[in-house]
Amino acid sequence: MYRIRFHGRGGQGMKTASRILGSAFFGAGYEVQDAPRYGAERRGAPIFAYVRAARETINERGIISRPDLVVVADDTLVPVPASGVLAGVCEHTVLLINTTQTTDAWQHRLNIRSPVITLPASTDLGDRSDLPYIGATCAGAAARLVGVISRDALADAIRTELAALGPQVIERNLENALDAWDLMQAHSGLVTEGGMTGAADYDRPDWADLPFEAARISAPTVYAAANSVEVRTGLWRTLRPVIDYARCNRCWWVCSTFCPDGAIDVADDGTPAIDYDHCKGCMICVAQCPPHAIEAVAEEHAQRDAMTGESP
Amino acid sequence: MSRILLTGNAAAAWGARLAGVDYVPAFPITPQTEIIETLAGWIDSGEMDGRLVTLESEHSMITAAGSAAATGVRVFSATSSQGLLYGMEMLYTVAGWRAPFVLVNVSRGLASPITLESDHNDILAARDCGFLQIHCATCQEVLDSTLMAYRLAEDSRVRLPVIVNLDGFYLSFTREPVEIPAAKAAAAFVGDFDPQNTRFRASTPESQAVAVLGGSPYSYFRYETHLAALNGITVYDEISAGFREAFGRDHPAVEAYRAEDAEYLFVMLGSFATKAREAVDRLRDAGWAIGLLRPRLLRPFPEDALRRLLTGRRAVAVIDQNLSMGMGGVLHCELLAALYGHADAPPVVASFIGGLGGRDISAEEFYEIAQTLRRAVDDGRTPPPRLLYTKDEIREIRKLQAVAHVEREELNERH
Repeated sequence: MYRIRFHGRGGQGMKTASRILGSAFFGAGYEVQDAPRYGAERRGAPIFAYVRAARETINERGIISRPDLVVVADDTLVPVPASGVLAGVCEHTVLLINTTQTTDAWQHRLNIRSPVITLPASTDLGDRSDLPYIGATCAGAAARLVGVISRDALADAIRTELAALGPQVIERNLENALDAWDLMQAHSGLVTEGGMTGAADYDRPDWADLPFEAARISAPTVYAAANSVEVRTGLWRTLRPVIDYARCNRCWWVCSTFCPDGAIDVADDGTPAIDYDHCKGCMICVAQCPPHAIEAVAEEHAQRDAMTGESP
Repeated sequence: MSRILLTGNAAAAWGARLAGVDYVPAFPITPQTEIIETLAGWIDSGEMDGRLVTLESEHSMITAAGSAAATGVRVFSATSSQGLLYGMEMLYTVAGWRAPFVLVNVSRGLASPITLESDHNDILAARDCGFLQIHCATCQEVLDSTLMAYRLAEDSRVRLPVIVNLDGFYLSFTREPVEIPAAKAAAAFVGDFDPQNTRFRASTPESQAVAVLGGSPYSYFRYETHLAALNGITVYDEISAGFREAFGRDHPAVEAYRAEDAEYLFVMLGSFATKAREAVDRLRDAGWAIGLLRPRLLRPFPEDALRRLLTGRRAVAVIDQNLSMGMGGVLHCELLAALYGHADAPPVVASFIGGLGGRDISAEEFYEIAQTLRRAVDDGRTPPPRLLYTKDEIREIRKLQAVAHVEREELNERH
């Protein structure tokens, strides 16, 4: 059975990617199961989707714990713990990453020996949640990596899954997906079907007996005040608002009042400062600022500029 | 007939469409599902006849469903988890009206704590209300069961509403290949709704569901409802035989998977049972004589079929994806009640609680459950109930408690 996981952000089309690949497998005569996994249903938040394909009836369900292929549409997700990109990755697993960096860089950074294939990401992107047609691109590359889906079957699947979106959208997606399929020529068939742990020799589950604990411990209560601060929702951001202090007129209230997350503090002299650990990048401040002193910068560029010491 | 990829939600909507429903009352907001969205789209575009009306709550939605059914039209509705509980008062009430309709429930764990993923405490909370219950394990079953549910509900020997249950996420959002029956074949199978005397009409006054004082008439009406529900077992068997004949797919009241010569059996409800099928295959590869029983019909409870299928086995593991606080697994309890006092009942019927709030059950856990059964037979002792929960999960909960400052709170209390 093929077990494939797609990781991306809300808005990048991972559900669509899983459906295109699912349809393509189905068209190639496979039994299929595909499903998205939602957490926070918000643009930019990590989501994943999965596909199982086999020649016989599929009885497995739910999370894929031992993937044959992990597709990462957005490489900024790899360090986000909640995204679980590396869960269950072993030497058998192929990683396909949409990135500007090299295979070696990823293998070194992740300290893994799994094959890493890169999809050359566009370097000139605005909002990464709009990564254009990345869902179809990922599905196209994945279809070639498994090596059992023809170019025509892939194209048929895209036409089926995107039928409601009209011919123009279908054409663009086809172009991108088929380019990705062609690009993976050298790796066709690299991803192979994984087996299942046999019942004769398996790791025994480490079951524990839950002890009784008094309600002061075992009730679902958060005793700490305001500890949601520890959840760095800034990791969901695909666009970063950056204040140009030369233009800011120190009105002291507009951006901070409109910020739905309370992520803008204002100093006594009226100077605002954005808390990037918790700014989710909604860009409401950008829209509201009267002197247009806040600019939207692609998060990836902002992070790169921060590393090289350049101001955005 | 065409075989395409459908989610469980879409399969339920197809079931309603092919059953030719006249009226769909719906609470349109969370936790409502894509089932209603799909039907609304079809009705709006003219692909499907019927009227869809939005109501302000599940309580009103179920009232509207029962009321419409009492006029003799075919009614469909859907809900999920907290929504089913919000309508609970009316589930009991409309079942007593003896007005048949079909309600699909997308099973999810209940608050508190709040969660999104599936378990069966919501549907089991509706266990005693008078609705019959069909539990599905695949998206195909969702479609097929919806068609079968109309036959069951409308049969003159039953005349009770039916809930078709599917698991949230594991079926509701999951696409699988589903064969959609041809519209004509589906219509021929379901047939027309003959409402008999259920024909509430304007200008023709009658009182349905009257109040009764004193326990005697009340007992009569309640017990008649129980007898009608029990009739559902025979009626269901007829319907599933007819379905197999018409469509070639078998949906017995109790699925028995590789059970014929099995010494050991898993017993489970719902879609996680397909994981057990996979485990049965692997265990058989390793030499085990093991199988799976999965009741599809939970109300009425197919007691005789289960007893017949369980008699003479060495040991049984009931894996409950639900928890009755202060009692344990509901299915375990019901199975024991069916077996007690009967000759050749399995000496070991062990209880496992797993899959609460969508918690995964791994293949290794199924293997270990089988080993637990074998040890229990060797020792001649039934093991205590086991929650499927690992030491790693305890470590994870300790981390969450640390973030929630639970341990600091405890320290404060000590000082």
